[in-house]
Amino acid sequence: MLFGIHWDTSTSWTFAVSIFPILLRGLIVTIEATIVGFLVAAVLGLILAALKGARSRLVSWPARVVTEFLRDTPLLIQLFFLYYVLPEYGLVLPAFLTGALALGVQYSAYMSEVYRAGLESVARGQTEAAHALDLSALRTFCIIILPQAIPRIIPALGNYLVSIMKDVPVLSVVSVLEMLNVAKIIGDRTFDYMIPLSMVGGLYMILTLVASAGVRYLDTHLPKQGLPLR
Amino acid sequence: MNDNSIIKFDGVVKRFGNVTILDSLNFNVQKGEKVTIIGPSGSGKSTVLRILMTLETINDGVIHVAGKPLWHEQKDDKLVPAGEAHLRAMRKEMGMVFQQFNLFPHMTVRRNVTEAPMQVLKLSREKAAKRAEKYLDLVGLSSHADKFPSQLSGGQQQRVAIARALAMHPNIMLFDEPTSALDPELVGEVLNVIRRLAGEHDLTMLLVTHEMQFAKQISDRVCFFDKGRIVEEGPPDQIMVAPKEDRTREFLKAFINPE
Amino acid sequence: MDWHIYSTPLLQGAWVTVQLTIYSTVLGAIFSFAFGVGKLSHNWIAKGISVFFIEVFRGTSLLVQLFWLYFALPIFGQAIGIDLRLPPVVAGTLALSLNIGAYGAEVVRGAIQAVPITQHEAARSLNFTPGQALWRIFIPQAIPEMMPTFGNLAVQNLKDTALVSLISLGDLAFRAEQIRNFTQDSTTVYTLLLLMYFGMALVLTAIMQLLERSVGRWRAGRS
Repeated sequence: MLFGIHWDTSTSWTFAVSIFPILLRGLIVTIEATIVGFLVAAVLGLILAALKGARSRLVSWPARVVTEFLRDTPLLIQLFFLYYVLPEYGLVLPAFLTGALALGVQYSAYMSEVYRAGLESVARGQTEAAHALDLSALRTFCIIILPQAIPRIIPALGNYLVSIMKDVPVLSVVSVLEMLNVAKIIGDRTFDYMIPLSMVGGLYMILTLVASAGVRYLDTHLPKQGLPLR
Repeated sequence: MNDNSIIKFDGVVKRFGNVTILDSLNFNVQKGEKVTIIGPSGSGKSTVLRILMTLETINDGVIHVAGKPLWHEQKDDKLVPAGEAHLRAMRKEMGMVFQQFNLFPHMTVRRNVTEAPMQVLKLSREKAAKRAEKYLDLVGLSSHADKFPSQLSGGQQQRVAIARALAMHPNIMLFDEPTSALDPELVGEVLNVIRRLAGEHDLTMLLVTHEMQFAKQISDRVCFFDKGRIVEEGPPDQIMVAPKEDRTREFLKAFINPE
Repeated sequence: MDWHIYSTPLLQGAWVTVQLTIYSTVLGAIFSFAFGVGKLSHNWIAKGISVFFIEVFRGTSLLVQLFWLYFALPIFGQAIGIDLRLPPVVAGTLALSLNIGAYGAEVVRGAIQAVPITQHEAARSLNFTPGQALWRIFIPQAIPEMMPTFGNLAVQNLKDTALVSLISLGDLAFRAEQIRNFTQDSTTVYTLLLLMYFGMALVLTAIMQLLERSVGRWRAGRS
């Protein structure tokens, strides 16, 4: 029994049907972790990108090193670090938030690159034209560069959303009850790992398909030249 | 009916979508003949060569090469569309030199020339190397055998391409605008090689080019193509100096330097 | 923390990680070519198998794949009467290489399809068979295109090896966890661990860049 739901091990089919609602509870946690992790990554990534683009070497260089460091070290270790080390310094977070934070930190490095690439891909001529028209730097950024950068950034961010979702099972090591963890617990107790794990695999494929389709939809429906401003 | 025809197009039609490139074309080439095809772009000249090299199919008509059907095969009494095995057998007759040279960039000059003889003709490494040496010598590039195409000029690359095609010992050589992609100062070295081929070898050659002076020098026959048909054909002296058709005259006007 | 006591097991673990990375990356490259070329094939069996593996291993989480191979496969084997219990090192290497193989397959496929059609025409004019043209002419030209992405996949693979510690494979992460349980000094252990992975990743990146340069030798311009 898990989450108050019993399973029926009489036949494989009844077993599969009876654990489905349990797996769905795990699925919801997976989705929640994905969204929170994504939001953290998007915000942290923006900060990193801003720091990396700073004029002063004193600011941009450490930011670049940090980005590289985050990209080259395993999520699992980063998660352990946050989970065990933070409390030693007084910050005790529930496992779910620690996990989402770890996801956010790891992916902020990738996101910062997406922001940077997206902004740089807006032609340099646009900045020069804005300058010639005597637009302030802030206005240039907000109404000229940003609307053109966004259609290029969003699909890339969307792909990372899918990647984050596939990394959520790592959170099981700190007992977050996402899908894989739920399946493993069921397996531990019934000695049948195959049905729960296979079902999780199938659910993941469906999730990935839906999310990828969503990203593709966004990609085709965002005007390539930029968001229209009236 | 010339039984000596090595190439015979009978009522060949080629369409790209709605556009008819070759319009019921009848075209013959004799064994050992050097034929130049001239004409405006879109007239179908390159398409003739590409069809012969089996790079393009045909929509209607029959082509015979060395007495055998090219895009068809003989099954019992009927002509059916050719299978890959038949096409492979027919391709042996022809070699092609492309406008963009199309050398294999990851292979040295020597390897470019030996690869097909070794893999396709199953020659031993020594025999293939000997052949490569002979043809690289012919085109004047023996000393560059260990270089990569990226290290050669356009003219040098095209000469390697000629050696590569010759190494397969084809009976028919097809040249599709061989100098059109070259800087003017490099054109001469390639034309010299082709001229030598035309003179020393008993090879059937089909040349598509805009180099009118050159065509006049080496051709047995010149064909003027326009809108997928042969407008006029004959010896170079006739076609290029005193053309019968108005369209031919119009086209050649652009190439004649007022003396 | 006593460095010299813990350096030995950590280095042993690091060596396991290095070996695991090498084997799974090489095997992964082989799978990439197999699935990538298979997907381009006209043979519907080869194409079907390739598409199946690519979609399954790209569409699911690596940890799910790892656990499935380690925990679920034996049970599947029981049902059909074959002993499919995989030791951790086999399950780990297989999961990692199939995963990287699925992602790499798309890179391989894309790079091969990017070879200009003029090369296809040249190959055809010289009468190469499609198989000869693919392996001798198109793939060698596609390889330099693939290298940058393969470099990224190799580093990703290195990071992913840490997950095999969860099925009790004695890699760097596993050893570090053992030490942490013993010393309870999380900060030092994990900081050290992160730095070691970072160092390995930098070395791997440098190696991949060297490799990238050597396969692209023929692309250099006129001398």
